[in-house]
Amino acid sequence: MSKVRVLIGTKKGAFVCTADGKRENWDIQGPFFGGWEIYHMKGSPVDPDRIYASQSNAWFGQVMQRSDDGGRTWVTPGSTEEERMTEWGFPGGESNKFVYEGDPGTHKHFDGSTRPWEFKRVWHLEPSLSDPNVVYAGVEDAAIFRSTDAGKTWQELPGLRTHGTAADWQPGAGGMCLHTILIDPKNHDRMFVAISACGCFRSDDGGKTWRPINRGLRSDFMPDPDAEVGHCVHRIAFHPSNPDVLFMQKHWDVMRSDDGGENWREVSGNLPVDFGFPIDVHAHEPNTIYVVPIKSDSEHYPPEGKLRVYRSKTGGDDWEALTNGLPQSDCYVNVLREAMAVDQMDPCGIYFGTTGGQVYVSADSGDTWKAINEHFPSVLSVEVQTLP
Amino acid sequence: MIRVQLPYHLRNLASVGREVTLEVDPPVTQRSILDALEKAYPMLSGTIRDHVTKKRRPFVRFFACKMDLSDESPDAPVPDQVATGVELYVVIGAIAGG
Repeated sequence: MSKVRVLIGTKKGAFVCTADGKRENWDIQGPFFGGWEIYHMKGSPVDPDRIYASQSNAWFGQVMQRSDDGGRTWVTPGSTEEERMTEWGFPGGESNKFVYEGDPGTHKHFDGSTRPWEFKRVWHLEPSLSDPNVVYAGVEDAAIFRSTDAGKTWQELPGLRTHGTAADWQPGAGGMCLHTILIDPKNHDRMFVAISACGCFRSDDGGKTWRPINRGLRSDFMPDPDAEVGHCVHRIAFHPSNPDVLFMQKHWDVMRSDDGGENWREVSGNLPVDFGFPIDVHAHEPNTIYVVPIKSDSEHYPPEGKLRVYRSKTGGDDWEALTNGLPQSDCYVNVLREAMAVDQMDPCGIYFGTTGGQVYVSADSGDTWKAINEHFPSVLSVEVQTLP
Repeated sequence: MIRVQLPYHLRNLASVGREVTLEVDPPVTQRSILDALEKAYPMLSGTIRDHVTKKRRPFVRFFACKMDLSDESPDAPVPDQVATGVELYVVIGAIAGG
């Protein structure tokens, strides 16, 4: 492993940053898709030069993009050579078509009224672990779609959205989004998803059927704080070597499951505050995890104006602040749920982006931090690829 | 010939200039204009109207002849000046946000 490629989605376009294994000097390419929100970009683990990107805005909706050369050039899947007249191509009319199976019915809204299910955008793209032409999309309003033709067309896996609890799902402040998809590396039929504000679901049959896995979560904003669904899960993560152990940053509370999500217990421990958005796991230490505490659900910035990543080397409960190189005064940015990632280098690199446009990297597992750039647009997502 | 003006991002997506021209059989309606636009520029499908319901996206507006046609019936005839190409049919992104 000699090189890393960081994929940064922002509110005003996408950026692709590369560096050698030292992770000190960065080449920044972009913005791609200038002026559009890039909720997520992710590369195929089978073919790292194949990268999928979700491009959207409130005006003109969803556009899908794909690169087959590591992010240098982009096309909208399915478009012909003649249609690829812009530097980034454009949709052929189908690749942005996300249509729910059958009558989608209704779900609850903030005020308790019902709303029809309506596709808004793709929050998360999860390429298959075995086939570069297969990719999953987590969307708002919450559902999971799959493409088996490299993003040209999309089909819903309706077993999730038609789950018996779905009529009671309701949006979090960011929308009713399916924002996390995890595929078990040991059993590709086992998948985990997380939805705000519904909770976590697991499939053991490749996405055909799903069941809620939220036992142990407690959310005081709900009439029944221990309900089966309704929890605002912000992010879940696991280490590929041990997918039965799941870590969760919930609206409030950092949680852990040791049985594939069947039961959860709180591991917030000595965190200064347990509200936050991202959570991730060290590449080589399955019990080392990272979160970025945020002051509260009402004040989305770091406590005391100090941007601190917290690391637990014990899988939770016992946390240490990582501050070296991060602003420790007058810092009022947020770190969103998709905006943290780890590379596979040794020592492991940790990356995160802020709503203030900074993207930080630690090349020593979090001990020290440096900015890749401090002046991106507001960062929505960060992914990293480790390349030969 | 119908003259349609597109907003910045859709011009980029379709790789066209500010204005495109379309042949639309009479009677010319907003629906027939947009059908012709999406047929000529399939990359715009889903960006102005929903793929399935064909409802206008909320932040997209349609102006012509100094009038806002956004909430008019899509099957109502457009003004003669639009149908004859004298005036533009303007697709515009509503002013919202910064």
